Amino acid sequence: MKKNAIELDIKVPNQTRYLSLIGKIGEDIAKELDRYSGDRETLAYHINLVLTEAMVNAIKYGNPENRDESVHILINITDNELFIRIYDYGQGFDINEIPDPDFEGLDDRGRGIFLIKSLMDSVCYKKNLRGNMLEMVKQLH
Amino acid sequence: MNLSMEKIKDVIVMQIKEERLDAHNSPELKVEMQRLFEEGNKQLLIDLKDVRFIDSSGLGALVSGFKNATTYQGDLRLCSLQPQVKSMFELTRLHRVFEIFASPAEALEG
Repeated sequence: MKKNAIELDIKVPNQTRYLSLIGKIGEDIAKELDRYSGDRETLAYHINLVLTEAMVNAIKYGNPENRDESVHILINITDNELFIRIYDYGQGFDINEIPDPDFEGLDDRGRGIFLIKSLMDSVCYKKNLRGNMLEMVKQLH
Repeated sequence: MNLSMEKIKDVIVMQIKEERLDAHNSPELKVEMQRLFEEGNKQLLIDLKDVRFIDSSGLGALVSGFKNATTYQGDLRLCSLQPQVKSMFELTRLHRVFEIFASPAEALEG
């Protein structure tokens, strides 16, 4: 691990009651980024939000049959970048096929991936050995 | 979910006494708003003063409430949004859907 790099490896039960805990960890990380020159409160909110959205996604679509499964989140912070990887064990989907929400329509759903894509610098969702990984990257300069 | 409700003239003012409105607690809000409209209430004002975080599920619950209001020929307004919460409405263009007021008093006058 690089000098000054931080790695957090988190596993929580796949239940929405833990969203708040994960979101708070994201906020605390943003507040610790000494070299970040932007608005840290806004960054804290955005990290809280993308972690919340990604975890909900993993709970809903990752392994819906097994309520005892956990959600695995890996967070890496270097001087210049924040990486968040969330693993799920479901069927997966093609993130590029998910359309932006219909801004003129009034759908209750379908804004989560749009928010993640809007707030992060790069987002990809790919298959790995056991399932899928959603990777989100934010530049920190 | 921690909510408080009072009726001011014909308006139900619902204050959400939660710091987060997310996928964990927003289904309850959705059900509560639907119940109010089904019971014949026409005007609902949601006070978001205490809410400092909203996710897509929270936004979706409010959209659902808005659609219920339309179905029952009623009206759903929002007030007292914190800046970061307001920015989520702007990012998803939902600020063009809802009537958003700075305070309960302004919403009740408007």
